[in-house]
Amino acid sequence: MRRVRAVVGADTPVSLEWSSVYSFRCARLDRFVHGRVVFVGDSAHVVSPFGARGGNGGVQDADNLCWKLALVLKGEAPAALMGTYNEERGHGADENILQSSRTTAFMTPKTAAERLLRDGVLALAGEAPFARTLLNAGRLSRPCSLAGLSLQTPDEGAGGLAGGLAAGTACLDAPVADAAGRPAWLLDRLGGTGFTLLVFAGSEPPSLPDLSGLRTLVVGAVPLSVADAECLTDSEGLAARRYGAAPGTTYLIRPDAHVAARFAAPDEAAIAAALARATGRAGAPVREAA
Amino acid sequence: MLRQDDGFAGRGDDAFALLIRGHEGLSDAESAALNARLVLILAHEVGDLAVLDAAVALARRSLRPEPLAPGESP
Repeated sequence: MRRVRAVVGADTPVSLEWSSVYSFRCARLDRFVHGRVVFVGDSAHVVSPFGARGGNGGVQDADNLCWKLALVLKGEAPAALMGTYNEERGHGADENILQSSRTTAFMTPKTAAERLLRDGVLALAGEAPFARTLLNAGRLSRPCSLAGLSLQTPDEGAGGLAGGLAAGTACLDAPVADAAGRPAWLLDRLGGTGFTLLVFAGSEPPSLPDLSGLRTLVVGAVPLSVADAECLTDSEGLAARRYGAAPGTTYLIRPDAHVAARFAAPDEAAIAAALARATGRAGAPVREAA
Repeated sequence: MLRQDDGFAGRGDDAFALLIRGHEGLSDAESAALNARLVLILAHEVGDLAVLDAAVALARRSLRPEPLAPGESP
């Protein structure tokens, strides 16, 4: 009541109608895939409510699972691909639990030493900008990076690809124009039901590899026309900048709009190998999470 | 005098967690002793006495008691 008074003032009539103790915990299953049973969302992991990580984590689980399930059911990927759902979303759950546990610890210090450090941050925050960055009332959920996990082809050998989006990163959006010149968003064209090859071009049409069945998106600095590809125009250069792209820079995008691999040029053999790896067909062992 | 940019380069939460871990399993007296040693080590890493002077002054200013909430008695 003292805290309520501090907000509403001493003279405002106020009465307490109801109060209760609010509790939560952070926990996860060791494995999210048990044979033909797959655990998603709160059935797989629970976190404190700080940072909107429970709902976001569940949606990311579904994004990660659905395309894998579809490929396996259609016979286009081995059943072992399901193990990568456990690997990738186990990693996501660990990240959410870490962030959420830190927030909980900041709000409710468990030892005198923790409390001293926390109270120090609070006392310094008014004057010192660095202390304000340490105030932890919840870190908002950010897209989870899948870099370094089994399905992604590491950037090594992608010569000269500094900046931009490393393999495993969630794709960024940018305003573009479609083939008819209408305003559009890049992210609306990425992900979905299949993999997408995203090829950046300058003012010349790129020569594309022959990868039948792979949807291809060409993003040019000027309006281009390329057979068997959808062309978008990046007249402001924002897409190229956000993707660290020069003419020829090529990204292989997963159905959940994470980068599976990137290349300095659209090399057919390298793309085919990355696609095989990203769909669990490369025989690369899945790293067991937890 | 004290830096106003992000000296932790975006990894403030990791730095804070690292400090908390340093106190794990210690008694209150041991924690206080650890803090004193940390201050000495970090002061030596800083080296610049003018910066240390500003840091001590900021820390002392922050010890002022919190203003009481309206209607609250001390």
